[in-house]
Amino acid sequence: MSSGREGRSTAGFRTVALAVAWRSIHNFLNNPAFLVPAIVFPLFFFVSFAGGLSAIANVPGFDFPSGYTAFQFVFVLLQSAAFGGVFTGFAVARDFEIGFANRYLLAASNRNGIIAGYALAALVRAFITWTVLTTIALIAGMNVGGSAGQIVALFSLAVLTNVTATLWAAGVATRVRSIQGGPLMQFPVFLILFLAPVYVPLDLLSGWIHAVASINPVTALLEAGRGFISGEPVVVALAFAIAIALPLLFALWARSGLKRAEAAS
Amino acid sequence: MNGGLRVQVGQLARRSILRTLRQPAQIVPALIFPLFLLAVNSGGLKDATNLPGFPTDSYLTFALAVPFMQGALFSVMNAGTDLARDIETGFLNRLALTPLRGAALLSGLLAGAVVLGLVQAVTYLTVGLIAGAELAAGVGGALVIVALSVLITVGFGSIGLFAALRTGSGEAVQSLFPVFFVFLFLSSMALPLELLQTDWFHAIASVNPVSYLLQAFRSLLIEGWNAADLALGFGIAAVVLAVGMVAASGALKTRLVRT
Repeated sequence: MSSGREGRSTAGFRTVALAVAWRSIHNFLNNPAFLVPAIVFPLFFFVSFAGGLSAIANVPGFDFPSGYTAFQFVFVLLQSAAFGGVFTGFAVARDFEIGFANRYLLAASNRNGIIAGYALAALVRAFITWTVLTTIALIAGMNVGGSAGQIVALFSLAVLTNVTATLWAAGVATRVRSIQGGPLMQFPVFLILFLAPVYVPLDLLSGWIHAVASINPVTALLEAGRGFISGEPVVVALAFAIAIALPLLFALWARSGLKRAEAAS
Repeated sequence: MNGGLRVQVGQLARRSILRTLRQPAQIVPALIFPLFLLAVNSGGLKDATNLPGFPTDSYLTFALAVPFMQGALFSVMNAGTDLARDIETGFLNRLALTPLRGAALLSGLLAGAVVLGLVQAVTYLTVGLIAGAELAAGVGGALVIVALSVLITVGFGSIGLFAALRTGSGEAVQSLFPVFFVFLFLSSMALPLELLQTDWFHAIASVNPVSYLLQAFRSLLIEGWNAADLALGFGIAAVVLAVGMVAASGALKTRLVRT
């Protein structure tokens, strides 16, 4: 009896998640205003950083083995993962603003599936962006020193980053329930990303930015990702511990936000 | 300018300035965002000054030129969005029923951009100097930096007006922001032109007018007085303003005919 209820609950969760994800992905793919920036923005960052700052590789002490293009690719990959999640948060907020999310809340047999559906859609969006970004990077001559397993590990970090950002943004969106909450979703993510060693390795930073980057969790993700792509992994355990802990933490944040939205609806 | 036109411009300018000052959501990001990037970039790219040929030993001084350009980009959004709102709410239609001249409308609407440009320029320069940036051209250079910044802000603001008049949509104006950011990113924003090693990037940055606007600011901050760099910077800013105003005037006529 109990297992039957659990089975129905699981089925309900899956059905809701897939339905929400399908609609969100459909909206994303059929609206150039959503699709184009999601792909173009990371490319501009990549082009600007890898192309415009390539001379940074000549700075004394910069000895990244795979070159500056690969060094920046990892940052832009994680950045696009994070912003893919944030932009999905915008979609959640918009759905609340137009009242569609209230219909989700009324119709869903398992409301956790709503958040899971948005997270699934964010992942699909991210994979589309990453496919384009990686193709352009390889065409641009990016050196990949890591093994297939290490590259899978790099993209696993990106997936976990994407899930974290989606859950963070969904938590804000379910609390604010308006697109006006956009800056609140975006700015902290922007802040934490750019307070990491974006342009040069941590060792070459000095002053306040070094102090901040040293305690910024994104630094470990970046260093591990750069280690994977160059085939010289570093801080792997720490990076994965952070990358796994953050989605768990923000799942609670998103869940409590959903409860607030339920109470308000 | 005759008396009637002066009154028209004055009233619209007053409205534009008050509207800008009453919207912290317009002013605060335009001040905070460029200063945050300045702080991050000047910390993160400090070692770039060790590259042979880098023009100064202070990356902060080199990077201080960038906020002036970023601030100008915000004026595209702010001026354009305000006018688009006037179109969306029907305010422009009501203005069209008055004897208001097109030139008065455009000039008045840009008054908010002038004030915003002034506030931005003074803030960026003050914060930069307090943080330790150098100003080789001295006090006179500071005044020229503010003047150039305001001219560029107004020039980009006129493009925002054009976009608003063409599209009549605030959302469409907002979507221009990334387009203008591309100009900034594909310029000598982070390194001097001579140190851009990637050939295609160097080629694009060399024909990108933003590189020369940045160089005009940098010449005052790093070198002192360089007439050629300043002439090029002011010249490009004036051309942007002229092109923006001509395009906006044309778009205004079309919109009023449609109305």
